[in-house]
Amino acid sequence: MAAGKRQGMDPIIDIRGLTKTYAGGFTALKGVDLSVKKGEILALLGPNGAGKTTLIGIVCGTVTPSGGTVLVDGHDHRKEWRAARSRIGLVPQELSTDAFESVWSAVRFSRGLFGRPRDDAFLEQLLRDLTLWDKRKAKILELSGGMKRRVMIAKALSHDPDILFLDEPTAGVDVELRRDMWEMVHKMRARGVTIVLTTHYIEEAEEMADRVAVIRSGEIVVVDETRSLMRQLGRKTLTLNLTEPLSEVPPDLAEWAPRLADGGHELIYEFDTKAEHTGVPSLLRRMTDIGVGFKDLGTRQSSLEDIFVDLVHKREDA
Amino acid sequence: MTNRRGIWAIYRFEMARFGRTFWTSLVMPVITTSLYFIVFGSAIGSRMDEVSGVPYGAFIVPGLMMLSMFTESISNASFGIYMPKWSGTIYEMLSAPISPLETITAYVGAAASKSIIIGVIILATANLFVDVEIAHPVLMAIFLVVIAITFCLFGFVIGVWAKSFEQLQVIPLLVVYPLTFLGGAFYAIEMLPPVWRTITLFNPVVYLISGFRWTFFGVGDVPVEISIGAVLGFFAVLLAIIFWMFRTGYRLKT
Ligand SMILES: Nc1ncnc2c1ncn2[C@@H]1O[C@H](COP(=O)(O)OP(=O)(O)OP(=O)(O)O)[C@@H](O)[C@H]1O
Ligand SMILES: [Mg+2]
Repeated sequence: MAAGKRQGMDPIIDIRGLTKTYAGGFTALKGVDLSVKKGEILALLGPNGAGKTTLIGIVCGTVTPSGGTVLVDGHDHRKEWRAARSRIGLVPQELSTDAFESVWSAVRFSRGLFGRPRDDAFLEQLLRDLTLWDKRKAKILELSGGMKRRVMIAKALSHDPDILFLDEPTAGVDVELRRDMWEMVHKMRARGVTIVLTTHYIEEAEEMADRVAVIRSGEIVVVDETRSLMRQLGRKTLTLNLTEPLSEVPPDLAEWAPRLADGGHELIYEFDTKAEHTGVPSLLRRMTDIGVGFKDLGTRQSSLEDIFVDLVHKREDA
Repeated sequence: MTNRRGIWAIYRFEMARFGRTFWTSLVMPVITTSLYFIVFGSAIGSRMDEVSGVPYGAFIVPGLMMLSMFTESISNASFGIYMPKWSGTIYEMLSAPISPLETITAYVGAAASKSIIIGVIILATANLFVDVEIAHPVLMAIFLVVIAITFCLFGFVIGVWAKSFEQLQVIPLLVVYPLTFLGGAFYAIEMLPPVWRTITLFNPVVYLISGFRWTFFGVGDVPVEISIGAVLGFFAVLLAIIFWMFRTGYRLKT
């Protein structure tokens, strides 16, 4: 199962015109179209209440949609729900486990629930991969929060799904465990599992995701490859370390609208990499002309976080 | 295609849950039954000798079994489905390739198994105090099973409906227990004044207890055919409610 090769154009999940209005009358999804490619890691980003959990819930069967269709590897998730659901594993946002069960019986239960025959060797490997093997006999209530989350991941993987949904897998998880989690996600991707995850940590999406979908108020704002999204929407910052500190931006430089930082020792200029004229050479030229010297300069690519904040706010203003 | 392994997984899970409280589950009915016999059987029964031609001690056995089975069935089945709802673990059941019918089969099957075990324990305990002869053992077993399943279905509906632990308790406490007590669990309807006798006939539990008692002694408050009809009718009504609930995703999915 070469994951890289399988990752092609054919979507493993195809969502069309999905809407959801909750009983209270609140519309959480306003016609979402989204396809997830086989073998990829897709990060779903969006502020609180954007509809991420609702979207995942509908695909997995915990939430009833109001309209639209979802195909899971070609199976309609409502008409052919058995085929669709048996391919999917879900780790929900909330930590909810049966406190009095042992880790081992919990994963065995999940595997059985999904109709798969008992396979102790498979489950042993799974628990070892998630460093839960030593805890297999422990009751879940005796575990720490991070371990509980891993138990939930083990449960979701116990039936060897092709698609894994991780709803905020790293919320409330320490840095080390977050690293572990990333590593685990990469391992699963290498095994050919398609992964859809939501997160509020942009660095996480940047680190892990092949593609990013940004959702806001029940609508997909943008879907693109992480790298190209950053390239397209990315802004760069030019930082100049000045030889002499400035108390204010000289009027001659006003057209670039730079700002001062570090008590006037730094001049910062933000520019758009997409623009035909970045304004960098002309700025440097003008600075030489008016005698503002600098010792050093550096540029920084804006992170996905900047892009995200940008996107969300732009739409808010519109 | 049926997800048999899924049904089995839930059944096992539920039985393991009962297993964790195995001794309380086992000892409680023994103690309560003994207490009933000490109080009703010996203290009162010694002054009552026979009801409908049956020694009082033996007479109360079917009622005692029904009383425990009603309450156990309802509380076990309602708790079984309410807990995952309350703790959030229901997400797993909703996202699994298991149908509502399969889910009910597993939950109700497990709860009914436990009720039947308790019923048998009560019968065995009662046998230590009085001789209980069963006139129609096969019919008795069928009654036992069907009533256990019916009340577990009832419990399941309550568990799905309940939004709080209080609601979970309220129906068993305010409805089932009184109806059973007033339903001739410990006396024959003919012993009541005529007005009460008529009122009592509106109590559906009367028909269940009467039918069950008939399988023991061949006598009942109402003809056994009516009792059988009542049991089956009750069963059908609950099945209908459950199908309606699941068709509409009632209170399980958002
Ligand atoms: N059961 C429900 N009944 C009514 N409204 C709901 C329900 N569940 C969610 N909502 C509403 O739908 C919207 C989307 O919620 P959802 O949980 O999908 O957001 P989210 O993107 O996952 O947010 P978060 O990042 O906080 O997890 C929110 O405004 C929420 O209040
Ligand atoms: Mg959420």
